[in-house]
Amino acid sequence: MSATTQTVAEHDDVRASGAMVIHAAGLSKRYSKTVALDHTRFDVHAGRIVGLIGPNGAGKTTALKAILGLTDFEGELSVLGLDPRKERPALMQQVCFIADVATLPRWITVSQAIDFVAGIHPRFDRAKCMRFLARTKLQPNQRVRQMSKGMIVQLHLALVMAIDARLLVLDEPTLGLDILYRKQFYQSLLEDYFDENKTILVTTHQVEEIEHILTDLMFIRDGKIVLDTPMDALGDRFAEVMVGADQAEAARALKPMDERQVFGKSIFLFDGVDHAQLAQLGELRRPSVADLFVAIMKGTYA
Amino acid sequence: MNSMTTFGWLVKREYWESRRGFLWAPFWAAAAIIIITVLGMIAGEVMKARLGGDHVYMGGISLGQMLSHASADDLAQMGKALDATMSAFAVIVAIVLSFVIFFYLLGALYDDRKDRSILFWKSLPLSDTGTVLSKVISAIFVAPLIAAVVVLAGYISLQVLVSLWLLGHGANPIPLLWLHADPFALWFRMLVSIAVSAIWALPTVGWLLLWSAAVRSKPFLWAIIIPLVAGLLNFWVGLLGLPHIRESFYWPDLFGRALFSVVPASWVSPQIGGAGLPLQHGEMVTQGLLSYAAMGRALVSPEMWIGAAVGVALIAAAIWFRRWRDEA
Repeated sequence: MSATTQTVAEHDDVRASGAMVIHAAGLSKRYSKTVALDHTRFDVHAGRIVGLIGPNGAGKTTALKAILGLTDFEGELSVLGLDPRKERPALMQQVCFIADVATLPRWITVSQAIDFVAGIHPRFDRAKCMRFLARTKLQPNQRVRQMSKGMIVQLHLALVMAIDARLLVLDEPTLGLDILYRKQFYQSLLEDYFDENKTILVTTHQVEEIEHILTDLMFIRDGKIVLDTPMDALGDRFAEVMVGADQAEAARALKPMDERQVFGKSIFLFDGVDHAQLAQLGELRRPSVADLFVAIMKGTYA
Repeated sequence: MNSMTTFGWLVKREYWESRRGFLWAPFWAAAAIIIITVLGMIAGEVMKARLGGDHVYMGGISLGQMLSHASADDLAQMGKALDATMSAFAVIVAIVLSFVIFFYLLGALYDDRKDRSILFWKSLPLSDTGTVLSKVISAIFVAPLIAAVVVLAGYISLQVLVSLWLLGHGANPIPLLWLHADPFALWFRMLVSIAVSAIWALPTVGWLLLWSAAVRSKPFLWAIIIPLVAGLLNFWVGLLGLPHIRESFYWPDLFGRALFSVVPASWVSPQIGGAGLPLQHGEMVTQGLLSYAAMGRALVSPEMWIGAAVGVALIAAAIWFRRWRDEA
């Protein structure tokens, strides 16, 4: 069975321990010319860090917008038991999001931002926010327009992490940041924010950097979820084998998803083929998310 | 969290963002009057010094002598003159404020879509209704109240400066400048008139906010060009002899109300706001026009309330667009 048709039912038991945070079924959204979401179905459970990965125009942003109540849609979608279209203000008390860097208003100062969020958000902890900011070089009277992209993200993250929300949505949160800020961003999230009561849904192009922090992986293509698996089940299902030229034909007979050449050897990527059988062909490895992504999304831009 | 508290923070946010327009633009307008006056005083002093005199003479009498011979009637006339001073501050600040509010409203629901900071505001538990209404309140109450305080502060500052100048010339400024209630009564009428102007402004507030919330770019052009083109088409249809909206109704009551009702006290007109226009010879314009009677007539005029109803509908439409539009 190819990965593009298989939706995951077999691993649901792994994740069912946490309460359902997002439930989407038959989720559709059409713009005038394109279909952004096509009867999409997925569930996100509490205490997970879910990566929603897809090529440009696959429907990632539309899915996030639907979850955050920023766009209308057809089908069924409940977030923390609420309808994002109708109960947005109540929903946003429990949900935070960072939609790429530099969305903080340029005129605001650090202290105004803190005062404002403290004033309007019932779940904001000012002391916590100040502790996070103390680790940065940000000054209370500094305006966002005087900050670098990395500093803006530090401020945004300090504000968001001080909110005791149940769902955090991150849309390309580290785009355009240098590697130091990117590492720091995800490290802070893991060390100071994430726990079993929180759920993080993240989209990014920089798959390699978040691979090790994800608990679940979802691939989206043409408005459909084409892969939905816990990370720890990934290695059971997919395998990468490096095969010498003599064995290549035998490997091809097992219908690999993908084949590429490295130093005169072939690397095959298999979905759902018995690992014992593959081990006879060569050395087995768990494929990287990036390689898996490329294999599954083959032909997207063709 | 208490929704009034939240609304208070929303209004505060508007002030933070637009302090330059709400506070500093009126401030510098008032300061300009004072600076020009001071420059005039300095020029006068320099000329006097060149002429070698030690008193300011008017028609051969020194200022001190003149004031000591002023009759009670003369002093009463002085009260009217001080009204003119207050009016000068009010008119200059009102002109500046009109521009500030007009462009504030055009940008209020557009600028944050353009720079994407709307995504930050939308990530917080704020209702779109509260957000839009905080901008309405900022435009019709916060900015005019700040401007009114600036007018009063400008007037008092100028009086203090002139008093010092009079003292320097041996004249007592107290009876001349400070014992008149008229200018303060005028200022208080201006303050009250802000409430009347607030209702009157609603169609423009709604019209500008609607375009600010709805369009992907250039809200200024949309807001202006649509009524302009509609007016010209209407005129053309009229030229053809077909049924059309009367020009004398379209331009003031539709075009004007959609775009210029945010001008402070623009409800004052011969039809509804005027206090027995034309004015008596010599009567100060603001005395007659900003009377409580004029405000009352404006408040019972159909123009006021039809416009307000249209304005409320336009604001509701702006709220709807704010709910679903986050890109520009």
